[in-house]
Amino acid sequence: MQSKDGRTLLEVRGLKATVAGVEILKGIDLTVRAGEVHAIMGPNGSGKSTLAKVLAGHPAYAATAGEVLFEGADLFALAPEERARAGLFLGFQYPVEVPGVTNASFLRLAYNTVQAARGKDELDPLEFDDFVREKMNLLDMDVAFLDRSVNEGFSGGEKKRNEVLQMAILEPRVAILDETDSGLDIDALRVVAGGVNKMRDPGRAIVLVTHYQRLLNYIEPDFVHVMAGGRIVRTGDKSLALELESRGYDWLLEGDKAAGKAVAA
Amino acid sequence: MKTEAGMKTEAGMKTEAKTYLASLLAAHPALPGGPAAWLARLRAAALERANALTVPTTRDEDWRFTDLSPLYKTAYERAAAPAAPDRAAIEQRFLPEAGGRLVFVDGHYSAELSTPQEGDAYVGTLAGALRRDSAQLEAHLARHVDFEADPFAAVNTAFLQDCAVVHVPGGRKVERPVQLLFVATQAERVAYPRVLAIVERGAELTLVEDYLSLTDAAYFVNGVTELAIAENASLAHVRVQRESDKAFHIASSVASLARDARYAAQSVSIGARISRLNHGIRQGGEGTDCLVDGLALIAGRQLADTHSFIDHAHPHGRSRQLHKCVVDGAGHAVFNGRILVRKGAQLTDSAQSSRNLLLTGRAHVDTKPQLEILADDVKCAHGATVGQLDPEHVFYLRSRGLSEVAARNLLTYAFAAEVVDRIPVASLRGWLEAQVVERTHAKEPGG
Ligand SMILES: Nc1ncnc2c1ncn2[C@@H]1O[C@H](COP(=O)(O)OP(=O)(O)OP(=O)(O)O)[C@@H](O)[C@H]1O
Ligand SMILES: [Mg+2]
Repeated sequence: MQSKDGRTLLEVRGLKATVAGVEILKGIDLTVRAGEVHAIMGPNGSGKSTLAKVLAGHPAYAATAGEVLFEGADLFALAPEERARAGLFLGFQYPVEVPGVTNASFLRLAYNTVQAARGKDELDPLEFDDFVREKMNLLDMDVAFLDRSVNEGFSGGEKKRNEVLQMAILEPRVAILDETDSGLDIDALRVVAGGVNKMRDPGRAIVLVTHYQRLLNYIEPDFVHVMAGGRIVRTGDKSLALELESRGYDWLLEGDKAAGKAVAA
Repeated sequence: MKTEAGMKTEAGMKTEAKTYLASLLAAHPALPGGPAAWLARLRAAALERANALTVPTTRDEDWRFTDLSPLYKTAYERAAAPAAPDRAAIEQRFLPEAGGRLVFVDGHYSAELSTPQEGDAYVGTLAGALRRDSAQLEAHLARHVDFEADPFAAVNTAFLQDCAVVHVPGGRKVERPVQLLFVATQAERVAYPRVLAIVERGAELTLVEDYLSLTDAAYFVNGVTELAIAENASLAHVRVQRESDKAFHIASSVASLARDARYAAQSVSIGARISRLNHGIRQGGEGTDCLVDGLALIAGRQLADTHSFIDHAHPHGRSRQLHKCVVDGAGHAVFNGRILVRKGAQLTDSAQSSRNLLLTGRAHVDTKPQLEILADDVKCAHGATVGQLDPEHVFYLRSRGLSEVAARNLLTYAFAAEVVDRIPVASLRGWLEAQVVERTHAKEPGG
């Protein structure tokens, strides 16, 4: 599986994080190299979205221990927008609706801001229109979504597609897609997975947070991690996802519980 | 009238609330005799009322939140016409879409800056309108606004010297908007802008009232606007108040709607230290339709007060009202939205929404719906919200590369856009878009 350029893009070491004073992440280690696809699975509430948001810089989450290097530099020294410009992308599990801001102007503003920060050319509205239409085509998205307010009134699946569209436009180095497959119908899943696959690149890494092995049929991961109780409790290859599909999570959590009991005793 | 020679060279007279009106009235020379006897009588009656009234204080329920004592400290004099107004600066504010245009500088009509119209539709001064049809003016002037209990409207009427008159005859659709520009250029002066628009049966008009300033000093604008919309006629009315941040702006704007008349208004308050708009909409027949939007965009220590009064007096009236305030700094917005549905006004359909965005912890808003429903078969909805920018929205935009400032600006603009987007004049929309960001929030550091 290691036919990639192998450069480490994201290095998470001993990361602990709290939200509202409660510790949710209890020591995460994760190394993501260029060209790789990682899947993060795990039961509800295990901290997958928390990890994603801490990495993206959500102000409600505080990292309390450990470090994260993004292309070798301290990620936590960067504001959320600087992380985005540096090439970190988070596809939200629950994308927010932003009434009054049209999708077209939002996408163009984001694109041009990121382009400018990367020392690349910005596009005027007409040029951008061509550019975005092409990307939307790949995702089988109706261009009518450009004139609507960002995510406002979008169905669950439409919101997810809009997230993938943003990823396609911003061309990140590391894309974390938090349950981008949830809420997609069977056809949409295939189209969106196709869109993500087109983004696969020797220089780029993709981290998929998912509950469903089905997605991994379309986007083959190099690694599958299982999170439970704020830790990565198991890492394997894609066969781990199949095993989870048939056996559930309990067998992995047993050890955890046993350990807990042992400590308590 | 008592005037003392020494007083006239002063910027104004030091006063207090009790003596303010008297000083205001005394500071002006008597008006030259009017060309029409009825007009002289009207002014005399208004002067009498003004002398009998007292100015409001915060003890008056209607002025509870709006303390005018800074205004009452000095009674400004009326400005002389400026020798040479800054043409270029004023022309910059000309709307390219406008057809007819009247410009008043410090209360004086500027013939050289105006583009009056004297054909089918009339756009011009009081003198010309009196020559055209004095009887028609008599039927409308001061017939829509009520100065009996309103000292500011009474003073405005008592000193009514000129008036922007727009008259659209029956069935005529005026293609291009008419722009009325009231420009303040002198410090510590008072002006009394006056507008009368008569839109006759089946006619259509877009009217833009624009108040702006070329000085950042204190001054006082006390305006009255009357709009008569006849049967099945339609008026789009945009009012933009962009006075200096030290100015006082108090205005009454009243629209009377005859049967099946349509009125769509967007009133935008951006400038002034203290501004107050009394916006009245009177239903004079069945089946009227009105849209009464407001937007206040204030910062610093500004206060913007809108009191609206939609009077449903006949069946089948429809009214829609959306009032939005964006308050930055230690600004204070006030909205009182009175809706009266009289006994006979069955099947009235009315909806009011007051939405407020506070950008800082010191920003403040007082919003109050005031519904009085005396008919039984009506639909009346109302609601008010006060909130801050949603941090989840800000984070979402930042996660896509926008700086925090850019994210907040975009969200603020989005909030205001709902009203701005309804303004039927593109250049004005464009200007307002820029203002939303300029009036609120710090700029990008170094940019
Ligand atoms: N603002 C908050 N305040 C308190 N607890 C929170 C907050 N946000 C998240 N949590 C808790 O943190 C834990 C982890 O939540 P997280 O959203 O990361 O889980 P997840 O693994 O993404 O779950 P799912 O699969 O359901 O999306 C949960 O128990 C959740 O209730
Ligand atoms: Mg989650």
